[in-house]
Amino acid sequence: MSNTKFSKEHEWITLDGEIGTIGITKHATEMLGDIVFAELPEKGSNVEKDGTAGVVESTKAASDVYTPVSGEVVEINQSIVDDPSKINADPEGGAWFFKLKLKDKSEFDTLMNKEEYDKFAKESSS
Amino acid sequence: MNIKKTALFELHRKHNAKFVEFAGYSMPIQYAEGIVKEHNITRNKSGIFDVSHMGQLFVKYSDDVTDKLQEILPTDLKNLKINQSKYSFLMKENGGIYDDLIITRMKDQYMIILNAACKQNDLQIIKNKLNDQNLDMNNDLSLIAIQGPESKTILENVVSSVSKLKFMNGCDFSFKNSEIYITRSGYTGEDGFEISLPNKVAISFVEELISRGSTLIGLGARDTLRLEAGLCLYGHDINENTSPVEANLKWAISKNRINDNFIGSQKIKRQIEEGVSKLRVGIKPETRVIARESTKIFDEKDNEIGKVTSGTFGPSVNASIAMGYISNSHSKTDTKVYLEVRGKKVPANVCDLPFYKKSYVKGEVNV
Repeated sequence: MSNTKFSKEHEWITLDGEIGTIGITKHATEMLGDIVFAELPEKGSNVEKDGTAGVVESTKAASDVYTPVSGEVVEINQSIVDDPSKINADPEGGAWFFKLKLKDKSEFDTLMNKEEYDKFAKESSS
Repeated sequence: MNIKKTALFELHRKHNAKFVEFAGYSMPIQYAEGIVKEHNITRNKSGIFDVSHMGQLFVKYSDDVTDKLQEILPTDLKNLKINQSKYSFLMKENGGIYDDLIITRMKDQYMIILNAACKQNDLQIIKNKLNDQNLDMNNDLSLIAIQGPESKTILENVVSSVSKLKFMNGCDFSFKNSEIYITRSGYTGEDGFEISLPNKVAISFVEELISRGSTLIGLGARDTLRLEAGLCLYGHDINENTSPVEANLKWAISKNRINDNFIGSQKIKRQIEEGVSKLRVGIKPETRVIARESTKIFDEKDNEIGKVTSGTFGPSVNASIAMGYISNSHSKTDTKVYLEVRGKKVPANVCDLPFYKKSYVKGEVNV
């Protein structure tokens, strides 16, 4: 069973024990276009499910990044702040945004699996 | 309302364009490559822009027409040589700008290139001034720009002798037995040309350019290119309530016209003599954060002193860039200001325009 789930706001989260790694989906980057700016939450801060936890800007517009689950930010990926084009290049791999210590694992369980998300993304973009 | 299409619409589609509606036209915002790559292709090689949505107005030349046009444009048309182009403004009574435009003196007519969103209003103003209600835009023509360092060679292979043109000069040429008119001009800060040609040959002309190594570029990259070059976008950086003096475009008012009469001239003259309260400047945020249009500008004491009118990320300068109007007292280069973005104050500095200069950038910045 896969440990990666997806939100309706086009974030992915991979769970490893009680730590979730969060980023935005490839589909999201394709909708946004070239990303030129990224802002991340502060390490040590607490974020609430569906709350704003960052910003990405493309040449066209700014978009909020939401966290799909609640928790404490334990690590951030400074490399995407320094070079935001990495997000377009490898959105579901090396260009993760932040890691959370989950507050409530049941929030993770309610998210979409890969198949559900792909269907959702296809429908929402058509 | 029906969305209009340019003669190149099918070609854009063939090249996987993403379309947006702009001034009533369905225009390509970008192609498969994306805005940053398209921007860099134009800076490093050559890019083709479909700007056929812009108005192409031709007015028969006469001394009387020249006099009347001088009443609405602050440009010395009497000394404009045949095939010479000038950047000018359609002036408003209050010293504001109805539109910015390029006027070219052709052999027996003026060619005036107008912004798509303004062209109908412009046409009415010019019709009324010239007392000629039959005047109309030429809708049988397309307008193509080719911009970037390799454009000269590429276009020369399609239209021989075109590379002899000087900047802001034009000439008649032919393509497949059709008359075309080409000026050496553009909106990117690069060397380039703008080609007015019949719709019926537009696709084959552009395909020739593509086959020789140029690439279609969308409106998205056109915006990042022009902003790096410090050029104004009408409706954003200039409008009916900004004068050419406030917009820091005084250079475009012919010197021998400053004391002459044209619509808005009293205001312009006063502003030149007494100074202005706000001025358009370049602004460089100290971080990568983008300050988009309407971002408020503050001084160090938290007083609001202006607003951003255009802001984006400049791929060739690898930095966030903006321009806007700022109170004259804070308009000096290197003045520290603060931009309010998403509730936070971002430090920034007033800077000279353009952000990007060809000779300067070569070898110093990785693009």
